[in-house]
Amino acid sequence: MTEIVARDAAQAAAATGVPTRPSRSWTEIGSEIGDRIYSWSITGFAAFVPILLLLIFLAVGLAAWPALRTFGFSFLTSSDWDPVAGHFGAAPAIYGTIVSSLLALLIATPLALGVAVFLSEFAPPWLRQPVAFGVDMLAAVPSVIYGLWGIFVLIPFLREFLMPFLRDTLHLGVLPLFNGPAYGSSMLAAGLILAIMCLPYISAVTREVLLAVPRSQREAAVGLGATRWEVIRDAVIPYARSGIIGGIILGLGRALGETMAVTMLIGNRHEISASLFAPGYTMASLIANEFSEATGDLHLSALMAVGFVLLLVTFLVNAIARWLVWQTAKER
Amino acid sequence: MSPHDDATAPATDRSGPAASGAPAIRIAVDDLNAYFGQVHAVRHVTVALPDSHVTAIIGPSGCGKSTFLRCLNRMHETIPNARATGKVLLDGHDIYAVSPVAVRRQIGMVFQRPTPFPTMSIRENVAAGLVVGDRRSNRKQQHEIVERALKRAALWDEVKDRLKTSATGLSGGQQQRLCIARALATDPEVLLLDEPTASLDPISTQKVEELIYELRTEVTVVIVTHNMQQAARVSDQTAFFLGGELIEVAPTETMFTSPSDERTESYITGRFG
Amino acid sequence: MATAQTTWGGAPSGRQRAVAERTQRSIRRRRVRSHIMIGLMYAAAVIAILPLLLIVIHLLRMGASSLNLAFFTQTQRPPGEAGGGMANAIVGTLILIAIASAVGLPVGIGAGLYLAEKRATTVRFLADVLNGLPSIVMGIFAWSLLVKPVKHFSALAGGMALGAMMIPMVTRTTEEMVRLVPISLREAALALGYSRWRTSLSIVLRTALGGIVTGALVAMARIAGETAPLLFTALGNQFWSTSLRAPIAALPLQIYNYAISPYDEWHTQAWAAAVVLVGIVLVISLAARVATRRRYGAGD
Repeated sequence: MTEIVARDAAQAAAATGVPTRPSRSWTEIGSEIGDRIYSWSITGFAAFVPILLLLIFLAVGLAAWPALRTFGFSFLTSSDWDPVAGHFGAAPAIYGTIVSSLLALLIATPLALGVAVFLSEFAPPWLRQPVAFGVDMLAAVPSVIYGLWGIFVLIPFLREFLMPFLRDTLHLGVLPLFNGPAYGSSMLAAGLILAIMCLPYISAVTREVLLAVPRSQREAAVGLGATRWEVIRDAVIPYARSGIIGGIILGLGRALGETMAVTMLIGNRHEISASLFAPGYTMASLIANEFSEATGDLHLSALMAVGFVLLLVTFLVNAIARWLVWQTAKER
Repeated sequence: MSPHDDATAPATDRSGPAASGAPAIRIAVDDLNAYFGQVHAVRHVTVALPDSHVTAIIGPSGCGKSTFLRCLNRMHETIPNARATGKVLLDGHDIYAVSPVAVRRQIGMVFQRPTPFPTMSIRENVAAGLVVGDRRSNRKQQHEIVERALKRAALWDEVKDRLKTSATGLSGGQQQRLCIARALATDPEVLLLDEPTASLDPISTQKVEELIYELRTEVTVVIVTHNMQQAARVSDQTAFFLGGELIEVAPTETMFTSPSDERTESYITGRFG
Repeated sequence: MATAQTTWGGAPSGRQRAVAERTQRSIRRRRVRSHIMIGLMYAAAVIAILPLLLIVIHLLRMGASSLNLAFFTQTQRPPGEAGGGMANAIVGTLILIAIASAVGLPVGIGAGLYLAEKRATTVRFLADVLNGLPSIVMGIFAWSLLVKPVKHFSALAGGMALGAMMIPMVTRTTEEMVRLVPISLREAALALGYSRWRTSLSIVLRTALGGIVTGALVAMARIAGETAPLLFTALGNQFWSTSLRAPIAALPLQIYNYAISPYDEWHTQAWAAAVVLVGIVLVISLAARVATRRRYGAGD
């Protein structure tokens, strides 16, 4: 019996220290306040993201409005860019953006896919890390460095070797695509440098989706007697297809918006030309190039309008790319 | 509600008031239900967990025993879409009527896998529970508390020379005892153990079991285990769960020699589970 | 392997032999094609790493020799004169990074914590889209908000443009690192009686801190190399200036201006600056890669 009494007493003593009383201790209140402050804080920080995006659209859109209102749809279709006369048509820049980006994708996609398949399917382990690093680090090199290298290495190479080679030696000069004087600064130069710059993005996304293809897919194909290449072509790639396309579009998004390397290599001329050897413009390089010397408010607004178009296009392209990659992730 | 009140003891509870002095009820569970969204994982459980006793909870996988355990310190509700109804009375006070943080400071828990905090040293790990709320103490007191907890967890001798090293350098069994020490350092009234030796080797398992058996004089222990022999070794009272329901609860020896429900008997004799 | 035995007993018929030969030829052809395609993959890999090697080698060749003490301590000389340095640009870049980080890090880490704890797919999606926006758009955004109204260029505007770029970068890397912390750690803390905010900050955040810092460093390295946002915000400055309200020099801006100039001496300086810039960026990126891989085990 004494045991029970002792236990009773101990419990009575303990009970007074139990904070499960109805009245709340400071620490409980403190933790609730803390939780609420924490939750508000991180929500506030997270709100910056959509707010920032909204602000960007508003700021650029408002600055672009005067020019867009003045020129209307012809802003996108007219090639007449004459600051002195006050006419602004951005068609050459839009054309140049499209051509240079497509050229970049054309060159980069097979290479990026090849590297990605190489790395995910059959690179020997000792080679995997260095090659992956070498490709991924291409994304880390600043754009202006690509431009620097482009001016002093790529352009002389084009001017003195590649362009004459394509035009004369291979006689491709009969095609409008490859004729004309070889200045060096050209759509081709821009396309080449853009290809190098978007390659790591396509490669990284492709590698990820390829690695996510379940082993069973490959094993099933091997079991049916497929060669190594056939396993890749018929079992792995189709499974990862939408992710790969997403990666390509992501690369496109990068190429569309690249500024410094392009402005240093493309020649900066308001011209629509069929030849890749001719200089041209992209939307981004136009803004970069003319901004500091913009004459008057309308000129500035026109540049802002170009920026707004660029913003819209890259926003859409990126949204589609992300959505596609997200879809592949969901399917897994 | 007085500690002696056994009115909440369920009909199948054979540990009811005995002439030689009934143990005080530490935790009284009354019609507890737990849900994961629409899934009814714990169904109408009513049971009494006596003070200074080890209660084991056994049952096949998925029977709700871990979920039930987690309702006792309101960890169940930390899962999104999870909720619980009913009453859990700790010394007569409903833990669902106060803040969960306060409840968890009174009721300690050790999980299946050892979870030492990786950025903290051994000492910091054990003292981790001390830095919150009413338990602020000075350095010296903290060192004493840490030492005492490590001794109770039978880990002191092995780590006393390296208290400042990272906790991740310990073996699995040592890490789990570290987690027990961490839970003990806050001097909880109740200690909940969710399959604490499931990921340990036999020697560490034995050490932990000895530890549990010794702890029961100071702390009320509830241990979920899928190992019936372990339940038989360490517990005073055993509860059998099946399909979210409490089928039977009885003193351990009775449960394993002459269970009253045939489902209990099937499980114990290995016919399923 | 095609066999000629397709009937019981007897030698294979002429027709059976012909089918077998055709099958074997087709298998051979497929094998050859496979080898060719795989060879092409190897070639693609070689071609893909070529640009990086070419650029780095060329940078070192052209720029390493011009890296002397003067480069790091003096400002630019008038055109035509050799020597001088980019001290103002180096300091300018550091100041811009500091301003950008003051905005980008708290917001990025806070938003990353939010994304890791809640199922906010829209915000995550928007952060990814922001990540892909051209840096020149960020530049004109900062121009129209921070330069145009006050009619002068400033380091602050440049830093803000870079900070806006940092936000989505840091948000995503923080989220990824926090998600890697096992739920069991969070539960262990909650079971000890930690409140949610304390769990998130002193346990989860603390555990993920190494990865978060790495992500922050990578983001800083990336924006250190950005030129376009600075073209009409920070503008560049040929003189020594550390004022936040005035135009400020920056390494990438300087490289751009020097590269398109007609002066050989400036070209040499541009190469030297390029070595410094690429060196910093590549070293940080490599270190980050090694650190994250070691911490979390996964290979490529």
